[in-house]
Amino acid sequence: MGSLANYRFDVEGLQFFYGASQALRDVSIHIEDRRITALIGPSGCGKSTFLRCLNRMNDVIPETRVEGQVRLDGRDIYGPQQDVAELRRRVGMVFQKPNPFPQSVFDNVAFGPRVLGLVDDRTSLEALVEESLKRAALWEEVAGRVHEGALSLSLGEQQRLCIARLLAVEPEVILMDEPCSALDPIATLKIEDLMRQLSADYTIVIVTHNMQQAARASDYAAMMMLVDGRAGSIVEFGPTRKLFTRPSDRRTEDYVTGRFG
Amino acid sequence: MTAQPRATLERELRRVQDSLLRMGDMVDAAVGRALTALSERDSRLAQEIVLADADVNALRYRVEEDCLTLIATQQPAAGDLRIVMAAFSIVSDLERMADHAAGIARTVLRMGDEPLLKPLIDIPRMAEVCRDMLRQSLRAFVDRDADTARRIARQDDVIDGLYQQVFRELLSFMVEDPHTTTRALYLLFTAHNLERIGDRITNIVERVVFMTSGELRELNPEPADTDHL
Repeated sequence: MGSLANYRFDVEGLQFFYGASQALRDVSIHIEDRRITALIGPSGCGKSTFLRCLNRMNDVIPETRVEGQVRLDGRDIYGPQQDVAELRRRVGMVFQKPNPFPQSVFDNVAFGPRVLGLVDDRTSLEALVEESLKRAALWEEVAGRVHEGALSLSLGEQQRLCIARLLAVEPEVILMDEPCSALDPIATLKIEDLMRQLSADYTIVIVTHNMQQAARASDYAAMMMLVDGRAGSIVEFGPTRKLFTRPSDRRTEDYVTGRFG
Repeated sequence: MTAQPRATLERELRRVQDSLLRMGDMVDAAVGRALTALSERDSRLAQEIVLADADVNALRYRVEEDCLTLIATQQPAAGDLRIVMAAFSIVSDLERMADHAAGIARTVLRMGDEPLLKPLIDIPRMAEVCRDMLRQSLRAFVDRDADTARRIARQDDVIDGLYQQVFRELLSFMVEDPHTTTRALYLLFTAHNLERIGDRITNIVERVVFMTSGELRELNPEPADTDHL
């Protein structure tokens, strides 16, 4: 682990409640900059809830409550000064099912920059769209059909389009919630390769149920489980290499070897 | 928590373990028979041991194949992965131990009818310690017992001590009467093969410790001084 300066997120004593029920208990973790951190653990252990805490996506769910601190570059994202729209620009999210808008490939990618007024002329917008599609490793496949409907793309292409759409607003962190669960093995490997390329410039946090994917694609892994009172917590966090070869916690060992989950 | 999802994995791990134990039995028998061939000057038995080495080699390749298949099809992780990696390494040590037993048998064949230079005392003792350590180490593998494994590694000092004793004794024979050199070397080769077997057992128990704890280090580092032969 590097010095504190290398941490993008610094989460301390995070508690999360859906109404009266506690979904996360005492979650503390440092998420290193420009690395891929995987959240693993059995279904319902709070992985996605935790992921959504990192860009306040849970705010849209009524009657939820957060305690503790989630600091992005040292600043509490739940603080009163935080502009939530700006937070979500900096911390983008990719979902389980690709969700492109029913518009052209171009308009999908141009959507964010247009709304945020990131560019002021057509030429710069076109350059930004092309650049984003290139970064998402999609340009070569769609170069001749950027004005065709996004929904005509394959699922794997649609998912990379969603990543391109997110990259167009120049985020710093990419949150991925099971981004490959709807994809075939080749499309999955393309996303994993893309994640590896993107990790040179972006911090990535991924939730995955696929143990091999976590082992293959991440630098760090956090093992989450339901603990006291059935709230999710991190039981082990460390380099992925270690979690998959010499886990320290019996529960991690049992999970990664398929004894439960 | 059901055992169902791991049924195939468990079955394949057990198969690897069973083959490894069978190899261990074959090596144990080969060492015992090699010593019998030496003490009874039984060339036919020595010949059999040399031929039987091929069976150990074949089984070693089969275990390696099984390990490869297991990794490719079951994607073992953590403790399971360490078992597979340990087995992969242990079968190679067992195979080399069988080669050393065959080496002793070849020495017996080379000796022909020449009388032994001296009565066999320390060499059979070395073989007994080796065989005992081998059985214990395989037991520790089955029991996933790192403490016993570490204890076994220390017994290698007994073998090294006996080897040095044999070496010095044979050296004095050769110095006093150079005509004994050939016969002294036959016994020295034999003792050397046994000493190497002891080192291989140390490798095995290192893998048992690794498999159990994830810790990968030498248990019985060779002393740096050159007096040690």
